[in-house]
Amino acid sequence: MPKTAYYIPIGPIHPALKEPIRVEAEVEGERIVRVDVKRGFAHRGIEYMGMKRNAIQTLYLSERICGICSISHPYAFVVTAEKALGIEAPPRAQYIRPIIAELERIHSHILWLGVIAHEMGFDSLLFWTWKGREKVLDLLELLTGNRINYSVYMIGGVRRDLKESHIKAIKDAITYYWKFTEQMKEIILSDPVYKARTRGVAQLSKEMALKLNVVGPVARAAGIRMDIRQDMPYDAYADIDVRAVVPQDIVGEAKGDAYDITMVRIYEIEQSLDIIEYCVDNLPEGKILAIPNYPALLAKIRRTKGEAIGAHEAPRGEVVHYLKFDGRDGPSVWKVIAPSYNNINSWAPLLLGAEVADIPIVVAYIDPCMCCNDRVALLKTPEGKVLGYEYIHKKAVEKTRKIEKEVRG
Amino acid sequence: MGKLTNFKRSLWVFHASGGSCNACDIEIVALLTPRYDVERFGIKLAGSPRHADVLLVTGAIPRDFADKLRRIYEQMPDPKAVIVVGNCGTSGGVFYDSYNIAGPIDEIIPVDVYVPGCPPRPEAIIDAVVKAWLKLEKLEKELEGKKE
Ligand code: SF4
Repeated sequence: MPKTAYYIPIGPIHPALKEPIRVEAEVEGERIVRVDVKRGFAHRGIEYMGMKRNAIQTLYLSERICGICSISHPYAFVVTAEKALGIEAPPRAQYIRPIIAELERIHSHILWLGVIAHEMGFDSLLFWTWKGREKVLDLLELLTGNRINYSVYMIGGVRRDLKESHIKAIKDAITYYWKFTEQMKEIILSDPVYKARTRGVAQLSKEMALKLNVVGPVARAAGIRMDIRQDMPYDAYADIDVRAVVPQDIVGEAKGDAYDITMVRIYEIEQSLDIIEYCVDNLPEGKILAIPNYPALLAKIRRTKGEAIGAHEAPRGEVVHYLKFDGRDGPSVWKVIAPSYNNINSWAPLLLGAEVADIPIVVAYIDPCMCCNDRVALLKTPEGKVLGYEYIHKKAVEKTRKIEKEVRG
Repeated sequence: MGKLTNFKRSLWVFHASGGSCNACDIEIVALLTPRYDVERFGIKLAGSPRHADVLLVTGAIPRDFADKLRRIYEQMPDPKAVIVVGNCGTSGGVFYDSYNIAGPIDEIIPVDVYVPGCPPRPEAIIDAVVKAWLKLEKLEKELEGKKE
């Protein structure tokens, strides 16, 4: 049979992808022989807008860089701004901030577990995980007033205090999620089909991970001990001694595949629960804002000259911000580096030689956040016939079913 | 909401997002999961605009996305309704002074229902879909009227 090469553009708009990115792949039979990744479809010029607004408005804007990890960018922003301006947040605020950030990590990781389950064809698992996710969204709504985009951080502190009733709700949620992660380990990690479907898929060796400069859970799954909360601690993280979660500490060796990254994410939820518990139990008393008066804060920013680099460990990896203030009430230079930018590098080498049925897993595995990219999956034959993402998804589900039969007999 | 006499079928929705921050999109996905579960009302996300009755758009729509959005709209069969979810599609919102946005969306395609909020709550999005339903009912009536 003659070999036919198929051209598969995956990108701009599609219901199965949350955001826009474009991947172009050439396929021979079931094997991918050439890959190209294009990004930049959701470019909104945020840094440029931020350099025209005042710092408080820019903080609000930084939250809209990404709505899934909507506290990560403000966190990196306030850490950087405080460094540049020489403001220190009161201890109570330094303990409240990690609580919110870790709650967000829990919702983000659960979201990912649902997405990867869906990509493999376990839709009931998607619904079950997302049902569990609603609890943390309810809690965030109670603490901050909104389910997503909480607008709760401020340069020099936080905008809302924790009350006794809040602390009780947080403790309830912690108990709930300890049970939930146990169930997740049981349902996801011990499931032979899940294991067979993800072992060896999207596998990244330690050398490759270092070469491609991947960050966050993707790097940790490959066995690299890196975590901003461990390497450059800030706020309460400095008191907690956070250690990067790597597979070799859990099962003895790191393979860096989709199974390992699932494990890393589930254990990180438990780590977050520990951090939240510590912060709640050791919450210092006192005020929550260094400069409670916003006009005074803006005046201070106008008077201060300085620049700094700051970072926060977001659910997907490190978020780095650079800020420079000189004489304006907002940043005169603002530069943002988001983790998916590094992690998307892993797609091309991982997709090369992979099967079409594995595309959804490779694409979903880094938990891409592409508010700066493209979105849809189309399969095109040389005659111009479009096969569509449904086709690839169907293939992925078929492969899962086949493995299911083999494993379960 | 009264009885539907003309538009008597499940509502299929196509979701397009361009230049959003994702928060609105993630709330739309949350609609499909057990807490809100819109499938019990027959509302379902469609994989192609050609199968959809309603177009759900989020985001400020960057320049190179505008013609793609127009094409999606044109591919949808009549009667159709468009819902804009979120402030940034309604008015530019927080991205109002960006050099790269072509929005607001109603300058690109006709819009029937706006859902303000940054992001709006899932309940608000369900409410918008119900409003779109009423609009479709009216459009369907007109279409049938023309046939007679
Ligand atoms: S309306 Fe707000 S929350 Fe929704 S996509 Fe736009 S910026 Fe994000």
